[in-house]
Amino acid sequence: MSDVLNNLVASPQTPGTKHYTPFAATDDVNAQADRRIAQYPPDRKRSAVLPLLHIVQHEFGFISSDAIDWIAGRLGIEPIKVLEVVTFYPGLRQTAPGKYHIRVCRTLSCAMGGSYELMEKLCELTKADLSKMDPHHHPIVVSPCGTWSVEFAECLASCGTAPVCLVNDDFHEGLAPEKASDLLKQYND
Amino acid sequence: MSDIQYIHGKQPHPREYRLIFRNVDRVGWDPSLHTYRNDGGYEQLRHALTMDPKAITDEVKASGLRGRGGAGFPTGVKWGFIPPNNTKPVYLICNADESEPGTFKDRYILHQDPHQLIEGMVISCFAVGAKLAYIYVREEFPEAAHILERALAEAREANLLGHNILGSGFDCEIHVHRGAGAYICGEETGLIESLEGKRPYPRIKPPYFPAAMGLYMCPTIVNNVESLCHVKHIIRMGGEEYSKLGTPRNTGTRIVCVSGDVKKPGYYEIEVGKLTMGELLHEVCGGPKDGRSFKAVIPGGSSAKIMRCEESFKIGKGDDAKTLSFYDLPLDFDTLAAAGSMAGSGGVIVMDDSRRMSWVLNNLNKFYAHESCGQCTPCREGSTWMRKITDRLVAGTAAPSDIDTLNSIAYQIDGKTICAFGEACSWPVEAMIDKFRDELISETSESNEGIAHSAENEAQRRFLQPSQS
Repeated sequence: MSDVLNNLVASPQTPGTKHYTPFAATDDVNAQADRRIAQYPPDRKRSAVLPLLHIVQHEFGFISSDAIDWIAGRLGIEPIKVLEVVTFYPGLRQTAPGKYHIRVCRTLSCAMGGSYELMEKLCELTKADLSKMDPHHHPIVVSPCGTWSVEFAECLASCGTAPVCLVNDDFHEGLAPEKASDLLKQYND
Repeated sequence: MSDIQYIHGKQPHPREYRLIFRNVDRVGWDPSLHTYRNDGGYEQLRHALTMDPKAITDEVKASGLRGRGGAGFPTGVKWGFIPPNNTKPVYLICNADESEPGTFKDRYILHQDPHQLIEGMVISCFAVGAKLAYIYVREEFPEAAHILERALAEAREANLLGHNILGSGFDCEIHVHRGAGAYICGEETGLIESLEGKRPYPRIKPPYFPAAMGLYMCPTIVNNVESLCHVKHIIRMGGEEYSKLGTPRNTGTRIVCVSGDVKKPGYYEIEVGKLTMGELLHEVCGGPKDGRSFKAVIPGGSSAKIMRCEESFKIGKGDDAKTLSFYDLPLDFDTLAAAGSMAGSGGVIVMDDSRRMSWVLNNLNKFYAHESCGQCTPCREGSTWMRKITDRLVAGTAAPSDIDTLNSIAYQIDGKTICAFGEACSWPVEAMIDKFRDELISETSESNEGIAHSAENEAQRRFLQPSQS
């Protein structure tokens, strides 16, 4: 039984793990959390669960069990209430992505514009194996070198300039599959 | 308006009427407060703060503004639902979750004209008596969230937010709240649950109408980005004058987002009902790609029912009834509803004769199966069943009876769930079967009848038909 529970908050290593420092409740992270918590009425701290999860994911790449405990402590709620949020939202991850995480839009207008072909090309170039994708536990695939990870996202709301993708926080549009290689070059180390 | 220059290649089409998108792609424009104020920004707020809040709501009611998020509910009427004897705090939420496939209008407002939204929001807060408001931005807009944070800080600095705004005695604060990639957060009660820090399972209405029992069980007004921007223009023009834009019952302008198989996809702001589908697709969007012809259109975001381009529709009742071809349908809320679809979020997805409808439907079914929140059984299970059946259809392993099964699943979801996601995921299936049954059937084969599609299926078949195993 405890294995089942532990697996829910486990963050198995990925080739991308080396790019991220393990979670630590630093002064900076606590100060960011204070600012977010202050945005909600004092008796409604639970509202800050998503903002705090975003801080953690932005700073440390993914949501570890230590981070879940820290958020629960900061908001005065049980860790399960943080975990239920983590496991619901497609935008939150429990394992390390690559240094650059690519989200390709999969939905109708982008698919008509060639987003599946774009994804194929990206996987070919980064050697990420899309068949390894397990939508329930590890919806992203990290390349063997750890630099890249890919994921299909649902509608990124730029259907007029299809196909589109996000690389970390940068938005790219009008990405015909043949532009895949140029896209990756922008992020090469 | 004539002195405004637009970036080369991004000039509005002559048939457009730029109100909300006035500053989008404008030469010399940036999202700063300085630029916005130099252009007369926040003057409507200054004026609104001298008005009686009730009078602002009355202007919005008189304007006839209908919500631009998808449902098309009159905004002023929504505001009026706050209980009159209310003693709790009132909240206002701007729904910037923009996640209906085919829709991409809020993106440009947030990126290029954030102060227009903030001005509209502060006016709306003053009208409904809200002192705290949130902008719920989808997680996939990280840059928009950043721009909004900066714009809000600028507004705070200039006393356009915070305590005693412009000396009026009115206090108001607005914060950005980022989602995390869930379509269901665009549903207003799901959004509220998400903002409360929970899983975004929508609440049942009645009793949980947000205007009475919303965020933290307090009266809450949830409006779309575009709707809130319109409020500023309603104050500037007066509700009466604004209502002369567009057509009666379908007033104002709206941003139509066109994507898919047209020569010039993009965003076009038009007076509601003043353009027909044909004018939009042929004149404004440049028609179909070379050598192709239009086959089908989804007129209001992916949840809207698909329409065939060669169809005609009977619109109106009694003596006013008339038959219109698809291309003669005016783009407004009521006509598209009468034609059996909806204007929804304004996302027009166009498909030409190169598209297989089974593939289109499968793409949408994957979306809805992924995005069902899982709260109601018909939707949670049914959306995945529908995806699996269309997976088979695309793979060529479906039987003709699968189409009837698909249809019956859709009708067993439709109307049987807590929120409108049930309709959103079943309407595309119902409409596709209704309009393209023959095409779908042609991709099936009698020989696939009864074959097992999984190990479980095979085990079941052996159990039921041991003699044939």
